[in-house]
Amino acid sequence: MGLLESLNRRAMDMAIPLSVHIDLTWRCNERCIHCYLDHDDAAELSLAELRDLLDQMADAGTMFLTLSGGEIFLRKDLFAIVEHARLRGFDIKLKTNALLIGEKEAARIAELGVHQVQISVYSHVPQVHDAITKVPGSLEKTLRAVGLLRARGVHVVIACVLMKPNKGAFEGVQTMAREAGAEFTIDPTITPHLNGDRSILDLNIGREDLRKIFETESLVGDLAAFTAPPGPVDDDVLDGTPCSAGHSSSYISPHGDVYPCVQFPLACGNVRQNRFLDIWQGSAGFTEVRAIRARDLPVCSTCGHVGSCSRCPGLAYMEGSMYGPSSADCEKSFVRTGVASAGMLQRAGGHAASGPLVQIAGANATPSPARSVFPTRRSGARASLPN
Amino acid sequence: MDPVTEYYPRRAPNLAARVFRGEAIIMNPADSTLFNLNETATAIWLAADGKSTLRDIVERDILPAFDVHLEDALRDAGEFARSLAEHSILTLQAEPEAG
Repeated sequence: MGLLESLNRRAMDMAIPLSVHIDLTWRCNERCIHCYLDHDDAAELSLAELRDLLDQMADAGTMFLTLSGGEIFLRKDLFAIVEHARLRGFDIKLKTNALLIGEKEAARIAELGVHQVQISVYSHVPQVHDAITKVPGSLEKTLRAVGLLRARGVHVVIACVLMKPNKGAFEGVQTMAREAGAEFTIDPTITPHLNGDRSILDLNIGREDLRKIFETESLVGDLAAFTAPPGPVDDDVLDGTPCSAGHSSSYISPHGDVYPCVQFPLACGNVRQNRFLDIWQGSAGFTEVRAIRARDLPVCSTCGHVGSCSRCPGLAYMEGSMYGPSSADCEKSFVRTGVASAGMLQRAGGHAASGPLVQIAGANATPSPARSVFPTRRSGARASLPN
Repeated sequence: MDPVTEYYPRRAPNLAARVFRGEAIIMNPADSTLFNLNETATAIWLAADGKSTLRDIVERDILPAFDVHLEDALRDAGEFARSLAEHSILTLQAEPEAG
């Protein structure tokens, strides 16, 4: 187990909100076709409120802070927020489209010791990228900012969300990232709009395009391990927790609403009414999320993929139940291994057949240890034990 | 005697850090390296304000709190300080911080 994973496990055991993602604003200077947010400015947390919140989070043990949006550089007080966060010892990741990052901003980011800047790029072809952002010239501006940041030694991650209009783009973006000295990450999942509208899910790429991604070793790592059928399901797997959302990580909206994760809109409280730690420790939502084990999931606990699936409880929640399967992750497990999930079989009407069918395939599989499944959150953290 | 014990250790700026159950977790954003210090190392790191020598820190903060002999503590502290300095999460200064 790596040091970061060990740290996360300790945080989960101690119920420490180790990682918090704050959306500073939902306003944006792009209008991406797949965006799940409304862009109105509805009483964003002020600088004073955010400073107080960061103090509370530091006292609660939060170490990893993601500042995102919307477009964070639309907040004039962004650097005041980052400065305060650095004073309180947070490890900071910024998510941005980088349109507003010029020389001055790049220099300040480097000076403040921001750990990572994640920048969205949808294609190396301007027409494709700009058609997704709906801002002419946006790719050129974004890439200029990538260069400014890299020239100052800032760790840049180029993130490519794949959807139908850019389904063939990832190799070009990957090459571009490599040439820029940036890390590359890809996400083939479109999520429903936070208001519940699921129409943007039509942008999701099809099975064959997903298969192509999952067969690209430079993206998934060890191909044989990645595509291996699921291993046996034992008590350790069934006693496992679905993901870190609500266990060691949390999300806070621009208006102070607290959720387990940005993709898990289960309202747990608001930092304008209650202190963050009180919400984290005492809200009914977090308490329920934290109590869930794999064996409590009626469909997924019967599925051979349960030990290796990237099941997102938030996507499941948005489909109707945080205890249910997430169809996007069922699809990924199927495309990855060729073995249908219990959720897929249930949706096809085969309630009783799901277990046996999956188990037959699983029984022929080479047992493999529990592993992370693409796409998972990645960290560049390397373990080092000096003492 | 290890000369490094007469230096003034100081925590490097721009690090991210938290202490959980007496053990410091430190992230160096410059190279994405994560460190986990044991309790003794954490006590030294927390005391490294650039105003006390490593020897002062060992005598003041380590000896009363941990069951260890002075010479052993100084030797281990010297090795630890060098290691952290090599990873740029501690600086070793010949002179104390002003102020």
